[in-house]
Amino acid sequence: MAKRIDVSGLSAFYGSHRAIDDISMTVEPRSVTAFIGPSGCGKSTFLRTLNRMHEVTPGGRVEGKVLLDDENLYGPGVDPVSVRRTVGMVFQRPNPFPTMSIYENVAAGIRLNGGRVRKAELDAVVEKSLQGANLWKEVKDRLNKPGAGLSGGQQQRLCIARAIAVEPEVLLMDEPCSALDPISTLAIEDLIGELKERFTIVIVTHNMQQAARVSDRTAFFNLAGVGQPGKLVEIDDTERIFSNPSVQATEDYISGRFG
Amino acid sequence: MEISSATADSPPPPAGGTRPVERTKPAARPGDRIFLALSRGSGILLLVIMAAIAVFLTVRATSALSKNEGNFFTTFEWAANGTPPVFGIAVLAFGTVVSSIIAMLIAVPVALGIALFISHYAPRRLATPLSYVIDLLAAVPSIVYGLWGALFLVPHLGGLYSWFDDYLGWTGILAYHDGAARSLFTIGILLAIMILPIVTSVSREVFLQTPRMNEEAALALGATRWEVIRMSVLPFGRSGVISASMLGLGRALGETMAVATVLSPSFEIGKSLLDPGGGTFAQNIASSFKESGEIGKDALIASGLVLFVLTLLVNGAARMIIARRKEYTA
Amino acid sequence: MSGVTMNEPLVADDAPRASRTLNRPSLPRWTPAALAAASVALGTGIGLGAGLSSRIQWGLIAVLLFIGGTYALAARVEGRRQAKDRLATSLVWVCFVLAVIPLVSLGWETISRGSKVLDGGFLSHSMAGVLTIQPGGGVYHAIIGTLEQVGIATAIAAPIGLLTAVYLVEYGRGRLAKAVTFFVDVMTGIPSIVAGLFILSFWILMLDFGYSGFAGSMALAILMMPVVVRSTEEMLKLVPNELREASLALGVPKWRTILKVVLPTAIGGIATGVMLAVARIAGESAPIVLLVFGSQLINNNPFDGAQSSLPYYIYEQWAAGNEASYDRAWAAALVLIAFVMILNLVARGIARWKAPKGGHR
Repeated sequence: MAKRIDVSGLSAFYGSHRAIDDISMTVEPRSVTAFIGPSGCGKSTFLRTLNRMHEVTPGGRVEGKVLLDDENLYGPGVDPVSVRRTVGMVFQRPNPFPTMSIYENVAAGIRLNGGRVRKAELDAVVEKSLQGANLWKEVKDRLNKPGAGLSGGQQQRLCIARAIAVEPEVLLMDEPCSALDPISTLAIEDLIGELKERFTIVIVTHNMQQAARVSDRTAFFNLAGVGQPGKLVEIDDTERIFSNPSVQATEDYISGRFG
Repeated sequence: MEISSATADSPPPPAGGTRPVERTKPAARPGDRIFLALSRGSGILLLVIMAAIAVFLTVRATSALSKNEGNFFTTFEWAANGTPPVFGIAVLAFGTVVSSIIAMLIAVPVALGIALFISHYAPRRLATPLSYVIDLLAAVPSIVYGLWGALFLVPHLGGLYSWFDDYLGWTGILAYHDGAARSLFTIGILLAIMILPIVTSVSREVFLQTPRMNEEAALALGATRWEVIRMSVLPFGRSGVISASMLGLGRALGETMAVATVLSPSFEIGKSLLDPGGGTFAQNIASSFKESGEIGKDALIASGLVLFVLTLLVNGAARMIIARRKEYTA
Repeated sequence: MSGVTMNEPLVADDAPRASRTLNRPSLPRWTPAALAAASVALGTGIGLGAGLSSRIQWGLIAVLLFIGGTYALAARVEGRRQAKDRLATSLVWVCFVLAVIPLVSLGWETISRGSKVLDGGFLSHSMAGVLTIQPGGGVYHAIIGTLEQVGIATAIAAPIGLLTAVYLVEYGRGRLAKAVTFFVDVMTGIPSIVAGLFILSFWILMLDFGYSGFAGSMALAILMMPVVVRSTEEMLKLVPNELREASLALGVPKWRTILKVVLPTAIGGIATGVMLAVARIAGESAPIVLLVFGSQLINNNPFDGAQSSLPYYIYEQWAAGNEASYDRAWAAALVLIAFVMILNLVARGIARWKAPKGGHR
């Protein structure tokens, strides 16, 4: 059910500016891979190339290959809409649809596919997804209230529920905790640990402790200077990256000498 | 540069620090007092003008109404200069409302389409100049629309109307008996073209304000472009579009010269919208003003008062929606 | 929680997970263009074949064919969701084309018909001694009228509007400011004919002054004030508070701060707003019909006697109803549009040139 991601020779552009350059890596299924690195190193941009969200930014363009179990996301005839259904995404700031209720938010992705979804089936999926996001107990009595009325941490879990309701293969998370308080952050981190049993998870984080806590593998990105494209420095088991990285720059970053 | 000029104009630093601290309230300075009085006076003047408009129109209108031998609301006649004067606004109210509704039915969907085209569909190189052109079009004087409507649009609509008559003539309201197409329906089309720019540019602004993260939320769920618009852009922009339409409606209701130029007026409510005839408040005022005596003018003022109230209601509703939306997004 | 399993999909979606693939049959990129071309051709063909007289009918047929064709084809090849998406896209494009046609036609008609009699003589002569059915004559008297009326209106409305905006932004607290804000909004929506009726009842019927350019100016000023207030207000709000505080902290009195710091910073935007308002009232004809009465002759005095104005002249020449007067109406329309457009372009030019550049410079 979860799929492997193979990236080779991937570069992304904003207009003529090259934001990331020639990145190749493999992300294992049913694992958590964390991207760390200083601001502006292109880790979020790279994440967004994995479900073809980069190209919705004006001027956004991608070169290279991203294989999802042998199928190239950028191959001819590939529909970006199907890609995004297969590779779900959670954003930096919680973004529930403001005009929809909690229930409708979770059901949104399924309803998109239209067809005849029976009410009972939809109810089941909504409940299961909210349980999957550890939110069910808190909201089950107010499913018809607006999603925007929840706390920040609850909203973010609602967004996770919405993303997993369409049963993606991969879940991308772009600094999902950066707008949250420590307790909500902990709740999300616990949730990530549970979700990795079912999904391939890639998480961008600014917080190195968080990367150390939640991820199995860690990729370090860096850029040579202002205006230069970001590059992948190394990717390895999280333990190794944090104890004994093979590149000096990684160690400097981890030990707080820059960034 | 502005800062430095301010520094230059400020009083020199007190020598030896002996200057006493001002104890008076700032407003007590003569300069401040005069300036405040001037600016507050202007604000009050605006209020006075608004009040005066209401009062003067009402006074003249009551004087006309007291001499009216017909029923102001139900009489199908405008003989305000006759003896005795007989006039009623039934035909004008009908024509104003019907032509404005036709204009809205045409303009709002099309304006929404163009607004979406500019905000979400057009390539950027096309979108920027296009929105610029739309803004310029809002500045075209209404008399020019009227001239174009009378000399270009009217001759070109006859064919279309006979076609409607062939297939839909049985409905009665879309029947057409040859003759110049100077009808309420033509007015509706012309008004639609005239209010298109304002409805478009307000809706476009609202659509462009849709938070990016709401759109991305929909995209990341695998929504097509239309689904993104339906899930995030339209719900977000709904109240904005409603108020844009109301603003357009306010303009359509009060439009004078374009209607006066195109419509061939009559004081009856015809069965068909395509046949010439009918009238609107503003058109009637402009068209019959020159032949009106004292009572006639007062009668026209009375009808103008009704129009004034009508546009106040529509605009007030639009403002209320905008205000509510501000609270909601803030 | 992990008791929940997700082995079988609960929802029968159109791409069952097991066989889910990223590829999707899709129409080639040129399909919309080809469909559009085909529809236009078919529309023209049907129009010609059935002998439909109006081009509008041809266009409507083509539009219906295009929209229906797109939906049917996409639904067949790509599926229902994509078909809906394509339907929306084609509708949006159709709206764009629908709107462009009348607007292009308006511009084209005005330019081509207007340039027929537009020359130096047209601009420098009045209609004195010219019968409406004769060719010749000009708009000089109307241009004078427009310039004077608009000039006086601006001289009345701009200071009042500006001061009101200053009051609202710099002083406005409490109930009076709220009332002013509300009624400025209300005033924006007043139909021009109603403003005309007000001046008529007050100035001409009540105080018994005659028709004059000045009466028209007052009505135009009423229309202009709220526009000036609104745009000036927006611009003053853009002036960063740090600037005001910097000046006040130097001991500069508030009124000098406003005059020397706030207004100069926003002057570009304010000028733009005033010019756009001028452009708007320059095209107003309804109050002129009621208050200025119209004239064939040159009247340089706006305070006494009837005058003409460009919009009024267009109306009058249209109403005369013959070829020579139509030509004059189009030419005057071209002059008026050129005047309004130049005002607009200059206003936008100022806005770009003098755009507030924030507090740091």
